[in-house]
Amino acid sequence: MSILLIAEHNNKEVKPFTLNAINAASQINEDVHVLVLGSNSDEVAKSISQIPSTKKVIHVNNPIYENYLAENYTSVIHKLSGNYSHIVCSANTFGKNLMPRVAALLDVSQVSDITKVISEDTFLRPIYAGNAFATVKSNDKIKCVTIRPTSFDPAPTSGGTAEIQNSEAGEATEISKFIKKEEIKSDRPELGTARVVVSGGRGMQSGENFKLITAVADKLNAAIGASRAAVDAGYITNDHQVGQTGKVVVPDLYIAVGISGAIQHLAGMKESKVIVAINKDGEAPIFSIADYGLEADLFDALPKFLDELNKLNTIQK
Amino acid sequence: MKILVAVKRVIDYNVQIRVKEDGSGVITDNVKMSTNPPDDNAMEEAVKIKELGKASEVVAVSVGDEKAQETVRKALAVGADRGILVKADGIIEPLAVSKILQKIVEKEKPDLVFMGKQAIDDDCNQTGQMLAALLNWPQATFASKIEVKDKSLEVTREIDEGLETLEVNVPAIVTCDLRLNEPRYASLPNIMKAKKKPIEQINASDLGVDTKPRIEQIKVEEPPKRKAGIKVASVEELVQKLKNEAKVI
Repeated sequence: MSILLIAEHNNKEVKPFTLNAINAASQINEDVHVLVLGSNSDEVAKSISQIPSTKKVIHVNNPIYENYLAENYTSVIHKLSGNYSHIVCSANTFGKNLMPRVAALLDVSQVSDITKVISEDTFLRPIYAGNAFATVKSNDKIKCVTIRPTSFDPAPTSGGTAEIQNSEAGEATEISKFIKKEEIKSDRPELGTARVVVSGGRGMQSGENFKLITAVADKLNAAIGASRAAVDAGYITNDHQVGQTGKVVVPDLYIAVGISGAIQHLAGMKESKVIVAINKDGEAPIFSIADYGLEADLFDALPKFLDELNKLNTIQK
Repeated sequence: MKILVAVKRVIDYNVQIRVKEDGSGVITDNVKMSTNPPDDNAMEEAVKIKELGKASEVVAVSVGDEKAQETVRKALAVGADRGILVKADGIIEPLAVSKILQKIVEKEKPDLVFMGKQAIDDDCNQTGQMLAALLNWPQATFASKIEVKDKSLEVTREIDEGLETLEVNVPAIVTCDLRLNEPRYASLPNIMKAKKKPIEQINASDLGVDTKPRIEQIKVEEPPKRKAGIKVASVEELVQKLKNEAKVI
């Protein structure tokens, strides 16, 4: 049996986390079929057919899929599910919204947010904000699995020549309607995939002060993150939140500024390769997981940090 | 309009989790328990809608062991009119919870069901969406703003790219994000009053729902420990370490 992977895209490009999910899916079983539900989405189907791990693309091209509604996606996936042993997608807001709706219709107990494939039915997943890891075995006939994207490398995107099969649309939902999307555009690397992340917390004291973070992030070509406290306080928008209920990031370098290190925040960043903490409270829990801790007032330390970076001859991008 | 709010009893979010030595789970004995944080937001929103005169009744429901009664009682103290406790022991997977809630919805016939977007214990993020599927109702997940209209809701959702707005017909399921509102604290008089509000107790088995876990939990273990780091004395030292020791800049 094969795997049905649900692609996330914007009708023009496939979203990066789908590539991580494709890689994870191919570790379960190499026969990965990717479902593209879209409107005028030929380019997406074509680019996915070039991913070597894709064995087949199923493309459903219909105006009802112009915007993503879980209700619309679910009926098609349900219809196709009989041919598959696994249904897989990324565990970001796209997949978290979609997969349980599919699983319940199939009477399947979903395995959420896996970080490792142990065998085709056994997976590792974090629980309690990553303070414990559970090894779980799914005994359902069809397995519904969501993938923590940052735990798997993205699949290579060129060299493949998978067949593209067109398929029929499902019913259009009448109970739910897309109104609008307010997408925050930025020239920075995406938070979920950036090599360097600079994050600010409540210690920043205001949204205005985030310009100190921005300056350092510019220098390091970094994404900007934030603790829940900073987002709740309105210093920065929700798409920057790192943590148990925000985004999970695993950059090479994570710089936490004015963040105390609540359990919920650590859940989103503690797998980072190198962690730096700048905080004036020497007892802050963030120091217990930081590779390099600097006990200092961030309003002194950040400008100095930028000066020191400017003195370097080269900076990795 | 009638609103059903599902609340879950979980280990308090401030408790340091300890894994049992035999790998069978995490230690819950003598550990502080609380309402799952985003469930508090769900309850607050329902009570606010009632206070605006747009809802006639708010019913709190929890699925769990006998002690989950405390969680229902807390919901009553912040404004729910009555409570339902569906008793079930052991691990109750989201699929089973959603089937139980489906039975409660069929009995209570609410117009809206609210709950937190995710429970902070199993971190599954499934129950609301599953319930929506079983009822064939629309779902608005990760809500940070809810506007009640005539026969629909306009819901702003927090998504990876920013915000999205959906209009869903009533009846609907909404799963709530932490930024939806600021949950109130129960006042002492309201805590006293809550003691007199009714809590109906139902056994999950009487609802005809099989709650036996489908997923085998093979083992639970501690996460890998990070090796202890160092404190640096100055910004200069920090930059030198990042450049020459960690080699990340």
